[in-house]
Formats: sequence, structure tokens, C-alpha cells
Amino acid sequence: MADMTASDVPAPLAPPRLSGALAFAARRAEGIVIPLAALIAGMAVFSLFLLALGKSPAQFFELMWRGGFGSWFSVQNALLRATPLLFAALCVALPARLGLTVIGGEGAIVLGGVAAAAFGHWLSGLPSPIVIFAMGLAAMIAGGIWIGAVGALRHYRAVNETISSLLMAYIAIALMNQLVEGPLRDPASLNKPSTHPLDAAYRIGPIPGMDVHWGLAVGVIACVACWVLIDKTRWGFAARVAGGNVRAAQIQGLAVGPLIVGFCALAGALAGLAGMFEVASVQGTANASLAIGYGYAGILVAFLARQNPLGCIPVAFLLGGIAAAGGLIQRRMGLPDATILVLQGMLFIVVLMSDTLYGRFKVFNPDRWKRAG
Amino acid sequence: MSKAVAVEAVGMTMRFGAFTALDDVSIKVPAGTFHALLGENGAGKSTLVKCMMGFYTPTEGQMVVDGKEAVIASPKDADRLGLGMVYQHFTLVPSLTGAENLVISREDAPKVIDWRWERRQLADFMETMPFKIPLDQPVSALAAGEKQKLEIVKQLYLGRRFIVLDEPTSVLTPNEAEEMLGLVRGMTKRGDLTVLMISHKFHEVTAFCDDVTVLRKGKRTGSGRIADLDRKTMAAMMIGDQPIATLDSRAATPAEAKPVLTVTALKAKDRTGLKSIEVDGLSVRAGEIVGIAGISGNGQKEFLEVLAGQRIREGGEIRVKAAPYASTREQSRNLNVRFIPEEPLRNACAPKMTVAENISFRTFDLGRNGKPAAWVSARAIRAYAAKLIEQFKVKTASLSSPIQSLSGGNVQRAVLARELTGDVDLLIVSNPCFGLDFAAVAEIRARIMKARNGGAAVLLMSEDLDELMELSDRILVMSDGALVYETPIATADVHVIGEHMAGHH
Repeated sequence: MADMTASDVPAPLAPPRLSGALAFAARRAEGIVIPLAALIAGMAVFSLFLLALGKSPAQFFELMWRGGFGSWFSVQNALLRATPLLFAALCVALPARLGLTVIGGEGAIVLGGVAAAAFGHWLSGLPSPIVIFAMGLAAMIAGGIWIGAVGALRHYRAVNETISSLLMAYIAIALMNQLVEGPLRDPASLNKPSTHPLDAAYRIGPIPGMDVHWGLAVGVIACVACWVLIDKTRWGFAARVAGGNVRAAQIQGLAVGPLIVGFCALAGALAGLAGMFEVASVQGTANASLAIGYGYAGILVAFLARQNPLGCIPVAFLLGGIAAAGGLIQRRMGLPDATILVLQGMLFIVVLMSDTLYGRFKVFNPDRWKRAG
Repeated sequence: MSKAVAVEAVGMTMRFGAFTALDDVSIKVPAGTFHALLGENGAGKSTLVKCMMGFYTPTEGQMVVDGKEAVIASPKDADRLGLGMVYQHFTLVPSLTGAENLVISREDAPKVIDWRWERRQLADFMETMPFKIPLDQPVSALAAGEKQKLEIVKQLYLGRRFIVLDEPTSVLTPNEAEEMLGLVRGMTKRGDLTVLMISHKFHEVTAFCDDVTVLRKGKRTGSGRIADLDRKTMAAMMIGDQPIATLDSRAATPAEAKPVLTVTALKAKDRTGLKSIEVDGLSVRAGEIVGIAGISGNGQKEFLEVLAGQRIREGGEIRVKAAPYASTREQSRNLNVRFIPEEPLRNACAPKMTVAENISFRTFDLGRNGKPAAWVSARAIRAYAAKLIEQFKVKTASLSSPIQSLSGGNVQRAVLARELTGDVDLLIVSNPCFGLDFAAVAEIRARIMKARNGGAAVLLMSEDLDELMELSDRILVMSDGALVYETPIATADVHVIGEHMAGHH
């Protein structure tokens, strides 16, 4: 088909190098500038809320800085809280590339934690690397099955994944309560039913030089790996095609079903890891404290990061810091604990609204630059 | 019955922001004439008509009705002056009968309707109409041609004596179209009606209309009596002096050419899930184009979806070059099967992904050696796309632009570039020219013919009979989910095909 039959259109391409780089930067900048602006706008709205309560926004943000980011101590605290958010955010961001809105990562976290605690107890006595590996694997399988099932329901039975993942999360929490109060209960846990405490040998310690456990490193690696998967591999490309237009993917013969189930299972497996680290590094046992909303905070992280796994890293840190400052703000300003949730909610709404701004600014669209001149 | 209305628009200009959709266009339609409005997509035909009917308020320009200056600020004003419009798509309520549709469309319909009296009135009214339509059946039971006639009758019933018909024959068979246009022609000749018809079918315009006005890019590029103009002149007015691709002459299909696609007893659910389509005994040989004609909604879409793997096959067999075919990526790659579905942005592209990525959908998972590779190279994708964009003359601001920012013709060119590069043994095409401009249509048809002459077996589904007559070696008709008629192109007769399309056999 090299020879042409039709009109003589000059090839429009081959821009000079500098403007090419500029155009590249401009297209990328849109996904950074708009969420940042939304974040600032959300905080401004929250300031109005504080003013209405008769509190000082300046003091609030000063305390937030001090409690979340101002010292090495508070940074570590922020990182500690960011760790489960990394995994939880990936549980949203991966399916999102296929066009799925999965909001039930909480369920995979909870089940991952229970599975890890159970295997840690059952394999008690074996060498610790083996047990820790088995705990991680069990957590990933449990979480993977849970969210993988959501993907399968979606593709093969046309069940809305947003609703089903949310309902599956409730089932998971109920299942955990059932297990923790029943077959897996440590009889010694009286006030708060829990699984048998994990042997010290099977607990995962801090990264050398920090108070933050290894989960942080694994989470960051997972984010980078997911970015590589989506941006650099053929499976990621196929997922983006399917997410962009499932009919186009089908007509290209891409295996849409396995892609959806696979990405969902991977997403759930990563969320399961978050539960495993909560058990192995933080709590030492699985109990109701696993379901404290990491999965839902992860939705906010993923949306702020525009479903970009790399973006999840700084955003998780930011929200981890805000959460870390919660105690300080509560004590100093006499604000209830839920204040941070109000802030998160407002940020989320503003970020969702900012979605309508994409493609509206000429600065970010090199295609429209020339016509202005 | 009141008489036809003369309508004239003078100096119509319509600006949307910085964009001028209509630039000082005048059109004069004397009472009792049948006037054609020609132009490509985006030439400003609907903008002009909407300005005339009061849907838009023109930036500048005036309306003259029956020689008097008229202010048409809303469709209500147009209605009062006896101006009406029939849309391309039906606006009747399918569950109501024709009579009910007519009565409820009246602005002065009483709160309590005396049906017996209304029916008598309607019967008297229908006596004066050349159209015979059963008014006591639900509209959903009527054929497309009858619905179109009912739409026109509705306008007359509402007292309109100047009617705009917006591509009225796009959903009709040739026979229905000719009958309907003939009746309309008769009414204009008797002076009962004035008609302005938006069309892009030259043969209808030359056969039925008195005068023509041609628009291009918002400007009037010509007008006159049909009798004084030939097709070529009108086409030149429509498209300007841009070069148009010509079809290669048809190479003879070798007598020993093997069937590439065979479909046996294929069964699948249709769109509603209530009925099935059944396609049996279809075979397409190398080096021939088999056209499938049919009115939209008779199972062609579902058939293509089954072939493309978008719809589940419930039975039967598809073979490509004697191998069973299940629409997997490996099979279509190994057997060189390519698809060009209709509405490419909706069916063959991911609108928000870049032009380069969209062009690489078929090849992104292959390494340099042509073997499947795990890693996708953005550089290779861009280089490949740049090459194809140049070869196929896709007009895009850059490789990184989202493909949805391209015009329809260029999206289709990008899809053709992707699907027609490399060896093609089986090409399955559906309405490839839907909504595209003249130059793009000619170019795309030329490419399909070229693929055929290059030895590809082509299955072409189209709702445009002219397109099928121009390209096909054989024509099959699909009606009610099955192939009901077959004819070689040499003996193909538009009217016979039309009757089979309508299911009259």
C-alpha cells in the first residue's frame, strides 16, 4: 500500500526537538497541575469549614505541617501511615486502567491480614523466611481471589464492579469477624477478639535507620512495578486499549476477560499485602482493627494520583502526613477526630469535580498552540 | 386545501464564537417547487435549515415568506407561517397508532378527545392525500417507508405547506424512496406543497428536484435549475477543486480462487436478545468483494460482531482458509484477517489514547523480529505510526494527539493505515464511508478495491446500495437476520435487491 491514490496532504509531523520536548512536558503537566490545584482548592473549602467552626485555618495547617511533615519524627509517622495507602491505592489504580472503578480494597486488606495471621500461626516453628513468605503468599492469594472475583463478575456476568466490590468488602469484614471470633480466635484475647499473636520471629521489622517497617519499601517497589507493567509491557498496553474502548480491544482479538480478571486479581493481591504488613509489622495479630478505612483512603489516593501508580507514592505520603497530624490537631485545637475525615471528603469531592477540567486549558494542549499565533 | 408557501432566506450568517458556520447564504424556494440542498458533512446545510426554522437565531440574515418579510424567532413562529421539518430519524411514538400520532401532534388537541369524530376528520383528510397509510395500526408495525410517509402526512395535517426533508431516504429501500419522492414531487407540481430536501444522493436530486443550492464550508458555491446542471458540475460545486481518488479497474477474479471465508449455519442472538440471526452458506473467495446489503437493523451488525469476536456465537462454524476461526488475536494474525468496522472511533479506536498508540493496536505486542515480545517500545510505536501516517496521509497535529481530536475522515484513514498494512487475506468492512466527506469516501473505496485486486477476500457490509453496486463482485441481501438473496454484480438490479431488503419475497 505504499503508493497513493488520493490528495496531496503534506506530512504535518517532524517538529523541532525543543518544541517537541515542550509539548511532551505540557501534556504531562496537565495531570500534575490540575490535581495540585484541586488539592489547594479543597483545602480552601475546608478552611471555610474551619472558620464556620470558629477555628483558625492558619493554625490548622501549621499543625498539619508540624504533625505530618515538619520533623524526621513526623515524616516517619507519615510514611508509616502512607504504607497501607500505597497498596490500597494500587487496588484502585490497576482496575481503573481497564475502565473499572473498584472501591472495595478494604475487603482484600482485611482478608489478606487474616490469611497472613492464620498461616503465621499454623506454620509456627518453621524457619522465619519460609513462614514470612508463606504469609505474604497467603495474603496475596486471599486478596487476589476476592477482587479477582469482582472482575470476573463484571466481565462474565455484567455485574457492576463498583457495587459488587463494596458489597464484597462488607462480606469480607463479616467473614473476618466470624473467623477471629470463632475458629481462629486466641482464647487469651478477651476484650478484643484476635488471632493468636504472631511469634516475634515472624514479625517484619523496621527498615534500618528508620522506625518504618519494610512494607514501605515493598509498597514503593510495587508502585514502580505497576507503573512499568502498565506503561512498558504489552499486557499494560492491552489493558489500556481495553480500558479505553472494550469494543476496539475485542476487534483486535485481545483477551479482554483474562485481562480484567488478571488485573483485578493483581490489584486484590497487592491490597492483601497491605493487610499482611499490618499484621506482621504493626499489630502482630489480626482483629477488627484491620478494617479502619485504609481501603477507602486508598480510593482518594488513587484518584488524586490520576490512577497513575507512580503518582500514588507522593500522594500517599501527603495523605499519610495529614492523617499523622490528626492526633496533634485534635489535642491542640479541640477538634474531633472526624475532622480529618471531613478534610479527606472535601478533597475527594473537589478532585472528582476537577475531572471536568481536563482538556479545557490550551496551555496543556500543544495541538492548539499554533492556531493562537 | 391551502396552497404551497414560497420561502426565501436572505444573507444568512451564523457564527458560533469565532467559527463561522454559515457565511452570507441566500436561498430562494418559490411556491410549489422541489428544491435540493446539497453539501458535504459540515458544509452548513443543517445550520441553514435550523436558522430558517427558528431553532437558531442567525447572527445576520432575513426570512421572506410568501413575499413578506417574516421574523422567525422560534419553531412556533415557523409553525404559524406553515413551515415544518421532517427529521432524518423518526419522531413518531412507536406504540401509538398513526391516527393517535397525528392527533396528539396537534397543538390544539382537546383535553378529552372524541375519537370517533377525529377519525372521521382524518378519513376526510386522507382522501386529499396521495399517500395511503394504515392509520389504525401501531406505528411500530409500519415499514420504514410508511413511517416516512406518515411523517410527511403529519406535517401536512398540521397545516404546513413548506417542508424541509432532512435526508429522507437514508433509511428506505430504493423502491420505497422512489415511491415516496414521486408522491412528494406530485404534490409540489400540483402546487400543494413546497419542499426543501437535504440530500447527498445525486440520482435522487436529478430525478425529482427542480432547483438546487450547493453549500461548501458554510458558503453558497452554486445554485440553479437541475435541468441546466449535470452531476459533475454539482459535484465540483460541492467539493471544490480537491483531487478525488479514482477506483482501480477491477482485476478478474481467478477462476480457481479458493474460498477464504466460509460461514456455515452460524447462529447468534441479535441486539435485543429475543431473536436470532442465522447466516448460512456464505463464502468469499480470494480477489473478490462480496457485498451484503440490508436495511439497518436486519442483523448485519450482529453478524460482524460475531466475526469480530464482540458477540458470542451460539452455533455454526466460521472457517478462514479452511481453518476454524474463533476471532483470537493469534488466529487473525496468522490468517491475516482484518476488520474495518463502522464508526471507527466507537468501534476500532480508544478515543483518548494517542494517534500513534491507536495505529499500533495490531502490532504493539510484536518485537523487532516479529515475534511476540513482553516489552512495548514507545519509540518503535512512534516510528511505525509516523511511517503509516505519511503513507496514508492522516492529518494530525502530532503523534501524541488523542485520536478523538481528529476529523472523521482522518480517524478512518488511521484505522485503514493500521488494518491495510502488511499482507491482507481477508478484509471485513462495515459501512466504511458512513458520515465521511467526498474525498475521504473516494479514497477509502479506492483502497478497498486495491486490497481486492491485491488478492484479498473482501466482505463488505453496507447500508449504501450505491457503494455496494460500485465495489462488489457479488451482492447478498440480509433481511430479518438471514441471507435471503444473492446475485452477481452483472445481473444485479437495484429494485430487485430493494424488494428483498424489504422482505417482500
